[in-house]
Amino acid sequence: MLGILVVGALALAFGLLLGYAALRYKVEGDPVADHIDKLLPQTQCGQCTFPGCRPYAEAIAAGEADINQCPPGGEDTVKAIAELLGVEPKPVNAENGTTSDVPLVAVIDEQTCIGCTLCIKACPVDAIVGTNKRMHTVIESECTGCKLCLPPCPVDCIIMVPPAGTPANWKWPHPQQQVQNT
Amino acid sequence: MSFLQLFRHLSPRPGLALDGHKQVSTTRAVTTLAASRCNILYLPLQQHAGSKARLRIKAGERVLRGQCLTWIEPGVSVPVHAPTSGYVSAIEAHPVAHPSGLSDTCIVLEPDGLDEADPQGLVPLPDYTRLDETTLRCRICEAGIVGLGGAVFPAAIKLNVKPDIPIRQLIINGAECEPWITCDDMLMRTRADEILAGARIMLQVLANHAPDGKLTALIGIEDNKPEAIAAMQAALARLAHSAPHTFRVVPIPTRYPAGGEKQLIQQLTGQEVPSGGRPADIGMICHNVATARAIYRAVVLGEPLMSRYVTVTGDGVREPANFEVPVGMPVEELVRHAGGMLEPDCTLTMGGSMMGMALHSPQVPVVKATNCIQVQRPVPERQPTPPMPCIRCGRCAEACPMSLLPQQLYWHARARELEQAETCHLFDCIECGCCTHVCPSHIPLVSYYRFAKADIRSKRAARTLADQARTRHAFREERLERAKRERAEKLARHKAAVRQQSPDTDTASTATEAGTASTPDARQAAINAALERAKAKKAALAKAEPESGENA
Repeated sequence: MLGILVVGALALAFGLLLGYAALRYKVEGDPVADHIDKLLPQTQCGQCTFPGCRPYAEAIAAGEADINQCPPGGEDTVKAIAELLGVEPKPVNAENGTTSDVPLVAVIDEQTCIGCTLCIKACPVDAIVGTNKRMHTVIESECTGCKLCLPPCPVDCIIMVPPAGTPANWKWPHPQQQVQNT
Repeated sequence: MSFLQLFRHLSPRPGLALDGHKQVSTTRAVTTLAASRCNILYLPLQQHAGSKARLRIKAGERVLRGQCLTWIEPGVSVPVHAPTSGYVSAIEAHPVAHPSGLSDTCIVLEPDGLDEADPQGLVPLPDYTRLDETTLRCRICEAGIVGLGGAVFPAAIKLNVKPDIPIRQLIINGAECEPWITCDDMLMRTRADEILAGARIMLQVLANHAPDGKLTALIGIEDNKPEAIAAMQAALARLAHSAPHTFRVVPIPTRYPAGGEKQLIQQLTGQEVPSGGRPADIGMICHNVATARAIYRAVVLGEPLMSRYVTVTGDGVREPANFEVPVGMPVEELVRHAGGMLEPDCTLTMGGSMMGMALHSPQVPVVKATNCIQVQRPVPERQPTPPMPCIRCGRCAEACPMSLLPQQLYWHARARELEQAETCHLFDCIECGCCTHVCPSHIPLVSYYRFAKADIRSKRAARTLADQARTRHAFREERLERAKRERAEKLARHKAAVRQQSPDTDTASTATEAGTASTPDARQAAINAALERAKAKKAALAKAEPESGENA
């Protein structure tokens, strides 16, 4: 009898303690989704079929999406997420799009642009400036290369190009690659 | 002697004993080349480590000697100055000294031969002992001074020590360990007084950081430069009666890379800079002799950094010597001053034989970082040998002056295992080239480390950009949400205002505005009223039309 009472009292005490701790140290939001979101490339391109990187991260965290639906992130991102979640990495799903080796940025042909502002509305990171019936242009340093501005353009004046090679963004190549190239 | 010390004595010494080839370029006197006599000068905007300078002049403008051509950007940046008066004929991409061989933005200056000084240039501050730390540091920054040993890090930032960090020692680097280069040697021989004066200014800047007011300066010079050591000691003797500070010239054994900042500190003081740390962490600041001289000229003479000592050497040049060269002079012209090339197909290298980079064009200008131009005959021994597999001999580890494991780093870098490479202290590698030099398989080890470092850095940069994109996206979402909310609120306010204005007079408008709130009867009545109005309008129009027709 005494044993039952003692154990019962202990259970009650710990239950209260845990209940208090759950309220006191409540974590806002979903920390797993936060961590996944940090690994995603933040292009907000929607190729993963979700409307942006954050929703995709939440879907992965909830187990509703696979980890290999992000073509811009490529293999590195899949590996990083796999490591975070403790699952096996897999190749990027080809259905979501292809992985580009070089990062691309959008460039508006300013001669053809009619100033319709449709691309500005489509850009998820506000990287296009311009106004009605005035020429638009892309801020290269802010463009994530998501290609979302391409479909709305009525005159097809936006093209994706690799950024211009300058000493500032040049990087040392892999020596073996260099040998193969030469 | 502890076991560790014994072990250190018995183990092979790191670094290399190399043939210096120093005597090639030290037999001739130093010639000063006037900027005003140059045909053309190319001044790259990026001559320092950090962010690119922003232009404050336009093409076509006339500039004067010492005029500041760029703005001082916040952060890590220094301005570029005009070495002589002349016209800016263009601001365009021009080949620069960079391993990629790519072009970068340069100010193209055509000297007019007048060499007119800028009256608004820097004011000489001969009485610097009365000036405070900040004023002196500002002057060093304004004068565009960077570390002239090769790293080109802005000197003012290196001298900007956090108030809580004590500094006990200033180290002046005159080691110049790399083969072929002799510009610091000749500078010490000819400008020893200026170097010491510059060092005294640096001591003045750092004076407040010395914990008990004691700040000593050590000048480390490799013992293969007896003339430079003698000249510095003579200058020190001249200074002795007036200098309250303690200076000491310390000859150090000649062994590559003794002139590396961390190696020199260890050689001079026995202390080791911690991994990933800076000399300031152990109470030391290290500057090159040429930087000290540039600081003297900037503060006492009010002269920005517009020229530097450059060695022109190698077996492919007629009269190898040292020159005081204006920044911006094309290498081709500089080589011509040294008697020209012996053979037309000689290779050009900027820097020494260990860390220098091949120049892709003879039109590349001399920049603040240029210490040496090597003109070498294209002999077969200098051609790179195809690499063979690593035989794990471990010679690279013996040679590494940073006590790293080059072989391990090589495996990781080759396999693109960047995280593992980083845990093997990849970023402590100073890229001195000792491992590559001793490798019996001719593996370009340093190239692998450079690749790995660049890859890690670019990944970090991509991460920063991604964070930026996330912030911008979040801001946009919030803005759209706010715009939507504001529109809804405005509409609601408008509706409320209309309702208040005409609660019962115009039932039709209230009914349409109120929408869902009105009864079906009221709606029907409103529709009927609208139909009536439309009919009346039509009738009026029909009446008006025949009239207008008659008029026409």
